[in-house]
Amino acid sequence: MAFNEAGRSWYQAEIQAIRAAGLFKDERLICSPQSAEIEVEFPAGAAVRKCINICANNYLGLSSHPAVIRAAHAGLDARGYGMSSVRFICGTQDIHRQLEKRLSEFLGTEDTVLFPSCMDANAGFFEACLTERDVAIADRLVHASIVDGMRLSKAIQDSYKHSDMGHLEEKLQEHQDKRFRMIVTDGVFSMDGDLARLDEIVSLAEKYDAMVFLDDSHATGFIGKTGRGTHERCGVYGRIDAITTTLGKALGGASGGCVSGRRELVEMCRQRARPFLFSNTVAPVIVAGALQVLDLISASTERRDKLEWNAAYWRGLLTEAGFDIKAGESPIVPVMLYNAKLAQDFARDLFTEGIYAVGFFFPVVPKGQARIRTQLSAAHEKHHLDTAMAAFRKVGTKYGILGLGRKELIEKFGM
Amino acid sequence: MDDLTKLVSNYIAKEYLVEGSEVTETMTLISSGIVDSFSMVPLKRFLEKKCNIKIADACATAEAFDTVQNIVALVRRVQNE
Repeated sequence: MAFNEAGRSWYQAEIQAIRAAGLFKDERLICSPQSAEIEVEFPAGAAVRKCINICANNYLGLSSHPAVIRAAHAGLDARGYGMSSVRFICGTQDIHRQLEKRLSEFLGTEDTVLFPSCMDANAGFFEACLTERDVAIADRLVHASIVDGMRLSKAIQDSYKHSDMGHLEEKLQEHQDKRFRMIVTDGVFSMDGDLARLDEIVSLAEKYDAMVFLDDSHATGFIGKTGRGTHERCGVYGRIDAITTTLGKALGGASGGCVSGRRELVEMCRQRARPFLFSNTVAPVIVAGALQVLDLISASTERRDKLEWNAAYWRGLLTEAGFDIKAGESPIVPVMLYNAKLAQDFARDLFTEGIYAVGFFFPVVPKGQARIRTQLSAAHEKHHLDTAMAAFRKVGTKYGILGLGRKELIEKFGM
Repeated sequence: MDDLTKLVSNYIAKEYLVEGSEVTETMTLISSGIVDSFSMVPLKRFLEKKCNIKIADACATAEAFDTVQNIVALVRRVQNE
């Protein structure tokens, strides 16, 4: 038996070590469609209870939108359930190309290629587009999938301090001897909710002859006046060389991702990106839903406008109540607690109050930066946010943290 | 503080800390989360270039890079091999 007792014991000890370190991730079972209000079974076997969800990436509230569901049903009937093939054998339908064209139009790029996920897009892009003669210089807070993608490529890896343009400029100067330089950044950083200084990044790229790679997963559909993303918000729409983004968040939230940008970079992904070459693409039912999502958000900015209002309102409520939040404008609003145990206890107590939120702590965020990450949705109504705030106030009062800043919170609870 | 320690300390302060912060020889870098495996890459490249050495990946462990003291010891060990 290959999986022998020694192996089993080793794995069990590893899992126990994960638990002992407080890093074990439990899944909570949701017994309803994804929305502002969900039904949750947690812990496993407990009675299902209704909660307000403030931790989903359902930014535009389209995960369970009736028009998207109808379109998905129609797509299922018209194009079937699966492709049973990778793209270049017999796994490409007309609707896959339609969606790629629509995404290019929406993002303001030359071409787009779909991937099974944005994780896959990031994992495959760098190896396909850069060689050992090139360098990728990434913001230190980029998503883990970008770090993995850079490691899989032969390109030289470098990084700059988060959003530090002076440091980025030094790195660009240092790497002038490389063939290609590529600046790599998220549009909206998922843990802090802050936006990349994309206008300055593009200026530096032009000054030092570098390409710009942008992961806009936490921005596509709602950042910028018409929701095109961080490049629209920062006035550099049409000037980004490669954008990766996801269908798994604002754009319906099912699954799938893409690389969108200069046609040669996209073509290199079609020819060489391994997650694209060796995996089925997005299922037809999801493509049909995503096309409907693009129709909805291209026709009206109503949903992203509501999300913007909700984010501003929620930030105002938290500030007024005396919580320490990360400043910003995105619908990712971290409530800073600094102490990992406090973050876990706080999230548990919120759940008792009917609010579904999650505590984040090291190694997901740096040590001493523990928090509750709240995320707004256009599916939230004002009463959802008022109810959530009543729970936050109650739990905040229990721990005596209202009105405390970073220094006081650390003094009281430690880091 | 000898020249090698000064070289490593200055680089770490500039590369990883906010302006004005100081680094001590025993301050933990990786276990405290200041440096992670991703941002460690330029540090390894810097040491190899400045000290004219090649640090094997097997030697570039979290422990070996956790303090200025450990990094200096690693560099000296590689230099003497």
